[in-house]
Amino acid sequence: MKQLLILAYRGLGRNRRRSLLSALALGIGVALLLFMAAFIEGEMRSSLELGIKLDTGHLQVRRLDYDVAKASLAWEDLIDDPTAIARQVAALEPVRLATPRLYAGGILLTGDESLGVRILGIDPTSEANDVYRNLVGGAWLNPDDREGVLIGASLAAKRNVAVGDRIALLVNTADGGVDEQRFVVRGVYDTHTPTHDQSTILMPLSKAQAMTGAGERASTVWVMLDDMYAADAVAAALTSDRYEVQTWAQMNPLQLEFERYANAMMIVFYLIVLGITATVAVNAMVMAVFERTREIGILAAIGMRERRIMALFLTESFLLAVGGVGIGLLFGGLGVYYMSVHGIYLGNMAADMGLTGFTLGDRLYGYLTAQDAITLVITAFVVTLLASLYPALLAARMEPVRALHGGEA
Amino acid sequence: MHVVQVENVTRDYTIGEVTTQALRGVDLAIERGEFVTLVGPSGSGKTTLLQLIGCLDQPTSGRILINGRDVSRLNRNQRADIRRNEIGFIFQFFALIPTLNAYENVEMPLLLRAMGAAERRERVLHLLAEVGLADRADHRPDQLSGGEQQRVAIARALATDPTLVLADEPTANLDTANGQQVMEIMARLNEATGVTFVFATHDPRVIKYARRVITLRDGMVVANGQGAPTERS
Repeated sequence: MKQLLILAYRGLGRNRRRSLLSALALGIGVALLLFMAAFIEGEMRSSLELGIKLDTGHLQVRRLDYDVAKASLAWEDLIDDPTAIARQVAALEPVRLATPRLYAGGILLTGDESLGVRILGIDPTSEANDVYRNLVGGAWLNPDDREGVLIGASLAAKRNVAVGDRIALLVNTADGGVDEQRFVVRGVYDTHTPTHDQSTILMPLSKAQAMTGAGERASTVWVMLDDMYAADAVAAALTSDRYEVQTWAQMNPLQLEFERYANAMMIVFYLIVLGITATVAVNAMVMAVFERTREIGILAAIGMRERRIMALFLTESFLLAVGGVGIGLLFGGLGVYYMSVHGIYLGNMAADMGLTGFTLGDRLYGYLTAQDAITLVITAFVVTLLASLYPALLAARMEPVRALHGGEA
Repeated sequence: MHVVQVENVTRDYTIGEVTTQALRGVDLAIERGEFVTLVGPSGSGKTTLLQLIGCLDQPTSGRILINGRDVSRLNRNQRADIRRNEIGFIFQFFALIPTLNAYENVEMPLLLRAMGAAERRERVLHLLAEVGLADRADHRPDQLSGGEQQRVAIARALATDPTLVLADEPTANLDTANGQQVMEIMARLNEATGVTFVFATHDPRVIKYARRVITLRDGMVVANGQGAPTERS
């Protein structure tokens, strides 16, 4: 075994440039796989996390007839006693917090311009809204504030609005009408999610209820769980003939669908990259076999069996794969580390691309589990070795006489 | 018992629709300890016969026995085992593994036989000393002269203590002095160890070392007689 390793190692060293380039190609393939896996996984995770934190929560309790798309404010579509229901839900074991929210459609009027926005009435004292507490200016909402709102940083920049400015809002009301009121921008929040921040205006729940004529009602009781995967069980426990309970999985179908699609695409991508790296490895080994035909003949002449000749070239491939995977782990690991810690700045890409129903932050952080990394590395390793079976078999099956004459009869 | 017995052996090569008869019914026997040369012009079948005796190739018809065992129809691995255990080779083109040094090249057949490390080391150093290369053990082939490389090849051929050493034009790529040195080493080792040497050549300076000269022409043995033992010393 030791002699096989020495022979294989020196065999690789015979044409250092080719061996290095082959290992490098394999390394780039592995690095690319790791990087892309971290990119896609990071995108999926952050999209779902942001969707849950900013929009859907883990669960929402709604009236059976409530239409999310219309943000209906008709009393029969709203929860009558949201505070009591939130208290009951919060008392359940797996529930971390539950808070009432009221959604209303509206139009922001600034100067001569108008922009469709979503009004979100929140309980400023609930931890559920901590995600908005990253203020780039101004102060957090007071529950009793009757004319204060918070606007997103990207909306403020887009409409050139600052803390203390007065804005006018046209808001749909429960009776189907529209009401216009003037507000003061108390603060500017930044969730680093431009698609969300540029279209959502926050105000205290009581003010939103008063302005829309919803009374004490709310659109939903918004729930966060300690374990998101307990959502189905909690939803089943809460469902009644008056209210429906939607889980995060039901409320984020696009993300989950995209995840399935992305996973399928990634498999195709893996196959392409692995196919290319395997071709590089096969090419390098086939060239090595043809260059060393006479040497193979000598080894056969002194009594080396087919299986051992095959093992010699597989060992060479193994060393090449070790080098390539090592290079891949180094560069891929550095890339994934950088992407995980610093992220890739996307800016307002999602909004610019018109992506709706898909929450994307302004910075994408990579995410790669050790299991995924190990699986990818082992796959690359195995594919390289499997691809090397052909040149190894080619070497092992050479007729000694032909091999001794450099492959010529 | 004969070390080599060749019985009515033919070897045909077919390329496309053309079949060439390299050997046409060769019969010969070689005793243990002989120092035999195969001579004849190019294309007479010397190399083909050596390859068949060396189990590198198989005859089209006829039988070849090595130490009494019919090797004519063995499979590839069985032939590899015979080569590893009973036959040593010396080739015209020196045929060393270029990435291994002289010591490692001689050691290689012993590794294939899984010989213990201490015994292996002793054997390799002894053989390198026998061919006068004890001080060149750590030199790679490209750091050795042609003559030195061929001496390493001789040491390697004898490493497993074979009963038969086959040499195909062992001096063809050497100058006169080196060729003579190689032949003298082979002759000395033949006498000292009793190993049978069979070598193919058409170099008259080499033929004179043989005890028996077998002449081939057009794939047939046309003469099988005594060499010139008086020339050997």
